[in-house]
Amino acid sequence: MADTVRIATRDAYGKALVELGEKNEKLIVLDADLAAATKTGAFKKAFPDRFIDVGIAEGNMMGIAAGLATAGFTVFASSFAMFAAGRAFEQVRNSIGYPHLNVKIGATHAGISVGEDGASHQCCEDIALMRSIPGMTIINPADAEEAKQAVFAAAEKDGPVYMRFGRLAVPVLFDANYKFEIGKGVYLREGADVTIIATGLLVGPALDAAEALSAEGIGAAVINMATIKPVDREIIVDAAKKTGCIVTAEEHNIIGGLGSAVAEVVCETVPVPVVRCGVEDVFGKSGPALELLDIYGLNAAGVAAKAKCALAMKG
Amino acid sequence: MTLSTPQIKDLKIKALHIRKGIIEGTYNAKSGHPGGSLSIVEVLTYLYFVKMNVDPKDPKKEDRDRFVLSKGHAAPALYATLAEKGFFPVEELKTLRKSNARLQGHPNMNYVPGVDMSTGSLGQGISAAAGMALGAKLSGKSYKVYTVLGDGEIEEGQVWEAAMFAAAKKLNNLVAFVDNNNLQIDGTVEEVNSPYPIPEKFAAFGWNVIEINGHDYQQIADVLENSDSSDKPTAVIMKTVKGLGVSYMENQVNWHGAAPKQPEYEIAMAELDKALAETEAE
Repeated sequence: MADTVRIATRDAYGKALVELGEKNEKLIVLDADLAAATKTGAFKKAFPDRFIDVGIAEGNMMGIAAGLATAGFTVFASSFAMFAAGRAFEQVRNSIGYPHLNVKIGATHAGISVGEDGASHQCCEDIALMRSIPGMTIINPADAEEAKQAVFAAAEKDGPVYMRFGRLAVPVLFDANYKFEIGKGVYLREGADVTIIATGLLVGPALDAAEALSAEGIGAAVINMATIKPVDREIIVDAAKKTGCIVTAEEHNIIGGLGSAVAEVVCETVPVPVVRCGVEDVFGKSGPALELLDIYGLNAAGVAAKAKCALAMKG
Repeated sequence: MTLSTPQIKDLKIKALHIRKGIIEGTYNAKSGHPGGSLSIVEVLTYLYFVKMNVDPKDPKKEDRDRFVLSKGHAAPALYATLAEKGFFPVEELKTLRKSNARLQGHPNMNYVPGVDMSTGSLGQGISAAAGMALGAKLSGKSYKVYTVLGDGEIEEGQVWEAAMFAAAKKLNNLVAFVDNNNLQIDGTVEEVNSPYPIPEKFAAFGWNVIEINGHDYQQIADVLENSDSSDKPTAVIMKTVKGLGVSYMENQVNWHGAAPKQPEYEIAMAELDKALAETEAE
């Protein structure tokens, strides 16, 4: 659709930080020399005294964030997902996760939609890494509105939160009437035959896939699963019971991400077929983001094809 | 500030009790790190009994000075100091590393009153300490942050990320002690991966650097007084003796991460009791 409004979730993140900064004087934002890209630059401009650039040292940034949190600050620490979750994993685990400190990690440039920078910067492992840390909350918003609400909700929640944002401008799906709640999946569409559980950038394509399947006489429900941990078990069980098969869709390795989280719940509760749509355990590569999403099957056609696989398995 | 003879005597007595606590803890745990715990006893004693504004009755009070044990494996020393200060009963030291205990192998800030940061993974404590020091600056508070690093620990790259940050952000309310006992698990620090020269490295990163004998209270007092007027973060390179106070542990690398067994425990306690009696009689 030519008139679709597209905004990158990282832009919404930067704007939300400024709004939060106006209300909360104890809010501090850290970045590791990527403020222009992560969009924390907006906060830097508005509140220069509460913005700290730690330079290109993500491990140290997580420790600084931890120390500030012990001193009573709400800290947002930002970098690309590759470095926030990847390079600094052990600092996040030991200095933030283990003491359960009030640090919010704003990780941008997640997934292969980073585009031309290529595989070294396309993090498709961050959800898997962060899921394995006890007590970590993980939020992967689908659009700008949800990103904004997620930032506000994360700031209100005590303890560590990992937030995943994208570089690519994506369609705005929700308006201010949408209510994001940590730990709650949301049905965006009903359908009797298959449920597509999508997160982040794949929520838009999941809705398009459901529309296309409907034209073929297949009823596909769509759930937006913005919180990957703690995952909404109730809605997964409900979907498994109602449609008897599930497709997951995410811009992440099919190992360890949303697909794994959903499959874990399904196989322990209502065992039904689960088919995962995601990056199939390979590294990305350079190219325009939209082309890459097509190449890796992270589009409506890819999701619809997986939905048909799930239906076939249901028998 | 010149310390008086009775003051020094009092500190020495406290330090001997803390050393006994280290031996008691590691003996009962049948594991732990006595060597590098014994080498930092004087600095901990001085910090907790003279320098730092802390209150065992209000361990989380907002304006307290902070201490981060970046070399978290020296937890027995920190626990024994906190117990001696009254944060929890000395008797609890015997529960070190037990499965139902608060006293974890490495310090946990959520379990133990007086522990300001969970540490244990080397190189991370100094970053958290720098974050606390930054927090004091941002909130206009005057508290200071002290941290102790191992000389092997400074092989971690993160230490130097933090060192660069602390100087760049002018965190003159941060003091980092380097416990230069010259030994790490695999051997002497030179044999493993020499961090020397240590003072020059911190100076090059923009720190106020002072070298002292880490077992000399007057030198510790002087260096802390000096740090109070520095416009830079202060690095104190302390020459120390690993295992100090227990004859057979001194300068012995194999006591880095091994606990005394029954006969060794008795020898250690007898030596420390003898030193205690002699000090009290001074």
